[in-house]
Amino acid sequence: MLTVDRDKCTGCNICEKVCPFGAIVVVDGKAQVQDTCTLCGACVTSCPVGALSIERGQIPLDELGAFSGVFVWGECEHRAETLIPKKVVKELLSQGRLLADKLRQDLTVITLGDHRLTGLDSLFAHGADRVIRCQHKLLGRYEPDSFTLVISAIITKYMPAVFLFGATPNGRELAPRIAARLRLGLTADCTGLDIDEDGQLVQTRPAFGGNIMASIVSPFTRPQMATVRPNVFPLAQPNKPKKIRIQDFQISLSKALIRTKKVATHRLEADGEASIEEADVIVSAGRGCANKENLSLIQELASALGGVVAGSRAIVELDWLPHTKQVGQSGLTVAPQLYIAIGISGAIQHLVGISSARTIIAINNDPEAPIFKVADLGIVGDALEILPAFIRELKNRSSAPK
Amino acid sequence: MKIIVCIKQVPEIADVQIDPETGTLIREGVDSILNPFCEYAVEMALRIKRQHPETETVAMSMGPFQAKAALMRCLEMGIDRAVLLADKKFAGADTWATALTLAEAIRTIEGRFDLILVGKQAIDGDTAQVGPEISEILGIPEIIYGVGLELRNNKKKIRVTREIETGNEIVETKLPCLVSVSKGPMIRSISSFQEILDARNKELRLVTADDLTIDAHKLGLKGSFTQVVKIFPPRVKKQGEIFDGSDAQAAAHKLTDLLSSRRFI
Repeated sequence: MLTVDRDKCTGCNICEKVCPFGAIVVVDGKAQVQDTCTLCGACVTSCPVGALSIERGQIPLDELGAFSGVFVWGECEHRAETLIPKKVVKELLSQGRLLADKLRQDLTVITLGDHRLTGLDSLFAHGADRVIRCQHKLLGRYEPDSFTLVISAIITKYMPAVFLFGATPNGRELAPRIAARLRLGLTADCTGLDIDEDGQLVQTRPAFGGNIMASIVSPFTRPQMATVRPNVFPLAQPNKPKKIRIQDFQISLSKALIRTKKVATHRLEADGEASIEEADVIVSAGRGCANKENLSLIQELASALGGVVAGSRAIVELDWLPHTKQVGQSGLTVAPQLYIAIGISGAIQHLVGISSARTIIAINNDPEAPIFKVADLGIVGDALEILPAFIRELKNRSSAPK
Repeated sequence: MKIIVCIKQVPEIADVQIDPETGTLIREGVDSILNPFCEYAVEMALRIKRQHPETETVAMSMGPFQAKAALMRCLEMGIDRAVLLADKKFAGADTWATALTLAEAIRTIEGRFDLILVGKQAIDGDTAQVGPEISEILGIPEIIYGVGLELRNNKKKIRVTREIETGNEIVETKLPCLVSVSKGPMIRSISSFQEILDARNKELRLVTADDLTIDAHKLGLKGSFTQVVKIFPPRVKKQGEIFDGSDAQAAAHKLTDLLSSRRFI
């Protein structure tokens, strides 16, 4: 519950202004809390004198059952003047559907955005039973402060049993903010999710760079929260949706709640260039490419196959490629049909980033390189000699009559 | 200006294996290092100090007593003083209990501060959760994946260049705040002999649970909301064909044949 330290409160009215639910009024120079309080925490972070606090005790074990439903954060991205759910949301729905069916509970997507929010009907084709939509002009762009408070309020109101986020850069910031605000257990970057015989969410994730797997539960807190690695769970075939059920969540937000301000953005990717997370064919460069100039060979091979260029952490740290092209544990997880690793030794942190690739080809001059253990075809040899021959051969075949 | 850098000692993870018999980690013979992303955070703090020499820099870590070595490394790099939170009661903490303990120590031991820096993630757990959890507990804004910092408005504001999915963006906020640090232009520096000698004269304070105003049941394993129920080795993919590529032309044929048989061309 929200408490006001009347000795500290100066009656400055800031909490009254920032409360998204009109749940605080200042009476006789002191803040008073109304029944409409959702414990979202907006006032606590805005109070200049620290007079407001929320005491969140642990839920007694026999009350855990009151939490029901699998919720998914419907993270959106900007595409051509619209705001639509990202691919990872559909992956979460495919897996979330299985969890919800095991629990015999509903699957709900939470989407935040402004008037440009669209494409929500497709969420039902991917398994959602319900969408809770919160539209506000200040929600057009992801901001940790505003999104933390809206989703915290939704969780407090709807009391779900499970809440899943895509382990995207935004998801991995937002989930711990919400978990810390609501005092919830949270498991990062999961690659496996299941329900055990007690109805608990079992969250499996790689640790120590992928050398071991750990299964983790949150026995005492609800919802059980997890971020889920993109490009790991397969997309289910879309079905014809049974029913479209969109509920609006009303909120009033003020700019004062958002403490960070974006000043500028620099795109490092050319317009229309496929992100490596969504590419079907990836040609990836490692330290064995010897020098930056050789990347033109990699680019040429990628173009010949209609694919994109990526690289290992070593290449990105040498600044040969931007961080948006980095594959692996501290970069991105990719799921192409074809992954060609050129001069990449295949440290475990790299291999976990390509475990969803369908076909892996590796060219490396070290026969002991770990990349060969996961490759469908491994060529032991000098990539700088083999690549030009490979590209010539590809061009010959494509120009030859079929 | 006071900067607190929260750091973690991690095992050199390339060497960590699981014992297939017992299902436990084999830690013998595995070296411990300062987490690389924490080194970049330390480097970021030192860059500010070089520009604003009056800046006080503090490195703080929660860990076993051996984590002293990672803090010594921070002192050798140029950090002014260090705080080690070491106590059996802290053991087994998940990200929440870790963040709560660090936040409480920052509040009670350090009090005032302007900036908290953390590495974007630790290479052993890779959760990236402790930073945002600390900022939420302390009620300050955070900016994650920072690669460049600029103090503005007479050090009342900070501008951070951060990595995002499509490139970089510049974000501004008021101090105090927390920034998580990615690699960016930072390099892992090598300390000089003099710096290593100087570090031995710097303060390294040991803090135990009794020094913090926090209930014992909120610490370590007891205070953790998540529990590890099982660890196991990852599934290994079956190895495919290995081909001798000393003849480049033969290798090119082999490659195009595979692509053709799998209908990529």
